[in-house]
Amino acid sequence: MAMVINEEQQMLKESAQGFLAEFAPVSELRKLRDEGSATGYNADLWRQMVDMGWAAILVPEAYGGLDFGHVGMGQIIEQTGRTLTASPLFSTAIIGASLINLAASDAQKFELLTAIAGGELTTALAVDETIHHAPTQISMTAVKQGDSYRLNGEKRFVIDGHSADKLIVAVRTSGNLGDTTGISLLILDRNSAGVEVERTEMVDSRNAAIVRFSDVSVSADNLLGEEGQGFSALSATLDIGNAYLAAEMLGIAQESFDRTLQYLKERKQFGVLIGSFQALQHRAAHWWSEVELCKSVVLKVLQSLDQGDPRSPAMASIAKAKLCEVVELATNEAIQMHGGIGMTDEYEIGFFIKRARPAASLYGDYNYHGDRFALLSGY
Amino acid sequence: MSDLQVFRQETRDWLETNCPQSMRSPVRNADDACWGGRNWTFKSEEQKQWLEHMAARGWTAPSWPAEYGGGGLNKAEAKILKEEMARINARSPLDSFGIWMIGPALLQFGSEELKQQHLPPIVRGEIRWCQGYSEPGAGSDLAGLQCKGEDRGDHFIANGQKVWTSYGDKADWMFCLLRTDPDAKKQMGISLVLFDMTTPGVTPKPIKLISGSSPFCETFLDNVRVEKNQVVGEVNQGWTIAKYLLTHEREMIGSFGLTDAGSDTLGQIAAKTVGVEQGRMNNPLLRADVLKWEIDAAAFALTAERVTDEVKSGQGVGATSAMLKYYGTELNKRRFELMLKIHGSDAMIWDGADSNGGWVPRSWLRTKGNSIEGGTSEVQLNIIAKNILGLG
Ligand SMILES: Cc1cc2nc3c(=O)[nH]c(=O)nc-3n(C[C@H](O)[C@H](O)[C@H](O)COP(=O)(O)OP(=O)(O)OC[C@H]3O[C@@H](n4cnc5c(N)ncnc54)[C@H](O)[C@@H]3O)c2cc1C
Repeated sequence: MAMVINEEQQMLKESAQGFLAEFAPVSELRKLRDEGSATGYNADLWRQMVDMGWAAILVPEAYGGLDFGHVGMGQIIEQTGRTLTASPLFSTAIIGASLINLAASDAQKFELLTAIAGGELTTALAVDETIHHAPTQISMTAVKQGDSYRLNGEKRFVIDGHSADKLIVAVRTSGNLGDTTGISLLILDRNSAGVEVERTEMVDSRNAAIVRFSDVSVSADNLLGEEGQGFSALSATLDIGNAYLAAEMLGIAQESFDRTLQYLKERKQFGVLIGSFQALQHRAAHWWSEVELCKSVVLKVLQSLDQGDPRSPAMASIAKAKLCEVVELATNEAIQMHGGIGMTDEYEIGFFIKRARPAASLYGDYNYHGDRFALLSGY
Repeated sequence: MSDLQVFRQETRDWLETNCPQSMRSPVRNADDACWGGRNWTFKSEEQKQWLEHMAARGWTAPSWPAEYGGGGLNKAEAKILKEEMARINARSPLDSFGIWMIGPALLQFGSEELKQQHLPPIVRGEIRWCQGYSEPGAGSDLAGLQCKGEDRGDHFIANGQKVWTSYGDKADWMFCLLRTDPDAKKQMGISLVLFDMTTPGVTPKPIKLISGSSPFCETFLDNVRVEKNQVVGEVNQGWTIAKYLLTHEREMIGSFGLTDAGSDTLGQIAAKTVGVEQGRMNNPLLRADVLKWEIDAAAFALTAERVTDEVKSGQGVGATSAMLKYYGTELNKRRFELMLKIHGSDAMIWDGADSNGGWVPRSWLRTKGNSIEGGTSEVQLNIIAKNILGLG
């Protein structure tokens, strides 16, 4: 498949660019932070996104969706990296929609996916229990009692966990810590009795939560897929999530590059533009080259997902690992080449480094994905 | 079936019949490749057959026009041919500066007469070319070259010295930069000319490299007669053509960063050599370096593909050859540093029964030249900074 985006995808990219630049620039994130927004996102903005069909892009047509595919959605997410836009798009329209589509029954899909596509439902995935991503290290239990499960345990780094209508939780119904079998997926209202949500404000001014479950009762009807067989859908969803995190980081890497390049052409020292210094030129040229490589891996992983390529898991890890590496380079260089002004809260460049690290760390950082890629490659 | 699907099937069948078995594996070392030329001795009957079969279809230069002996394939077909060759690990039938460098320049800037004269023998592997660009005083600052061509009406008389002329002693013809107007500003007085290496006054002298072989020469030009009809493009307008040719050279050198179809990947080599336990390579620090290299190599290969596809569909910046050259060669250097770490003391064996002629250390040393030849890494970064990023 040719490594280019088609005309429709290009149009979506451009309309996302225009929309986000107008309604959700970096200053909006600053505003959410400074005003201490309860949800961490702007509900009106989310409604507009829904109206444009963004929540429906990954939902199959049978459930009221557009089924427009990952390459298309990836264009939007890349742009949200440029504007650092906070919204439920990632945790609901990508993670929630994908996991439900992969794991749920037809009846569940009809109910849940239709609601997601219509913007009536937001979701949050609760998977990690440790400070480093480890999707098989699940100790949170769900014990079957009659036709319901009793949940006990604690989840952390639950993106949008404080605001989502429903939580999707990876729990252990059998087996031992580290086993892939015995992991089950349950969906429940965030307001269920026994669920305690502690909102954790993160370095990126977005929100995650620690969610504690004590004797939470969930109907067996809320099981997504077979009991004990949730891992493959979970794992495939995490691949999808990582592909989009890579796309977002690509946006961050490009935007911080563009802004820095602009600065190199404006700022004078020693009577000349700082962009005339070869030391900086070479670093900028290297950085640009790395971003070119990033564009390729991001496009490739999105295409692989659309095609159901069996190499998608490896590609997801390649893309995530590469972007983790380059976004670190990009955001560090951005601050260094701006000098003192780059360290100020007033200047926007600092927002990029602060979003880059949580995005890199969510669902596995460079080390996690490098290791996983090597394992998948047989070493 | 679409036209392209038909083309793929036909190509697959044709390769099945025409690619000899021993040509379905990557070249083992520098001596194993086919370079052609008047003085070429084929390493095997199959090497000869493979070249002849491919040349007969013009597939040594798949996208050149058929009227000059090329394959006449469009970009999509050329990509399919490449994929189908990779599928059976078919090696390149011909390595050639003619195909990589002077051919594209002739197609773009050469007179009809020059195209008719030079392109078909390049496709058939009959004439081998060398590049006379660099001089002792003109390396990165190529436009500072001093070899002069004195105008004698219907010909020039060339005098001076070229250096680092790869395969100067093996080539049949040279494409060469001469200063043909001593009074013009640096870039303005340069011409790109072609001459036969057997012309009186041309003397290539091999220089030995740190890798032990002598693939390049210093070439002395002593009153060498160069016909005016062998000037590519206009007299004194050679600089633009020289730079165009360099973009092709850079893409070719950058491709050293790719892994040949059918070769073990670095990860596989490392895993076999140091062993794997419970899914992970035994040496964790080596593993970390190898996997990082593999990720970069995958990203680089995809980028080479993307750049080609974008040019094909009219998107993209086009000026990316400097980036591919820079990244690909640095990647290849990293690959061979890792090969040393993987093979330990075996990697130091310069000459030994099981060492494939000291392939590892010799190749490792040879890669050091990758980021110098065709313009250094620093020069590529300068090009990116100035031409792409607009930094003055
Ligand atoms: C294996 C090999 C094969 C070759 N084959 C051929 C051939 O077939 N034909 C041919 O014509 N030439 C050939 N060359 C020559 C090659 O193109 C030159 O060596 C190259 O352009 C560098 O020139 P130089 O050696 O004079 O180094 P110099 O230009 O003297 O460079 C020395 C150092 O200074 C740095 N430098 C120079 N200018 C700048 C600058 N503006 N900014 C920052 N750093 C700078 C360089 O990057 C390098 O690190 C070959 C070279 C090698 C190694």
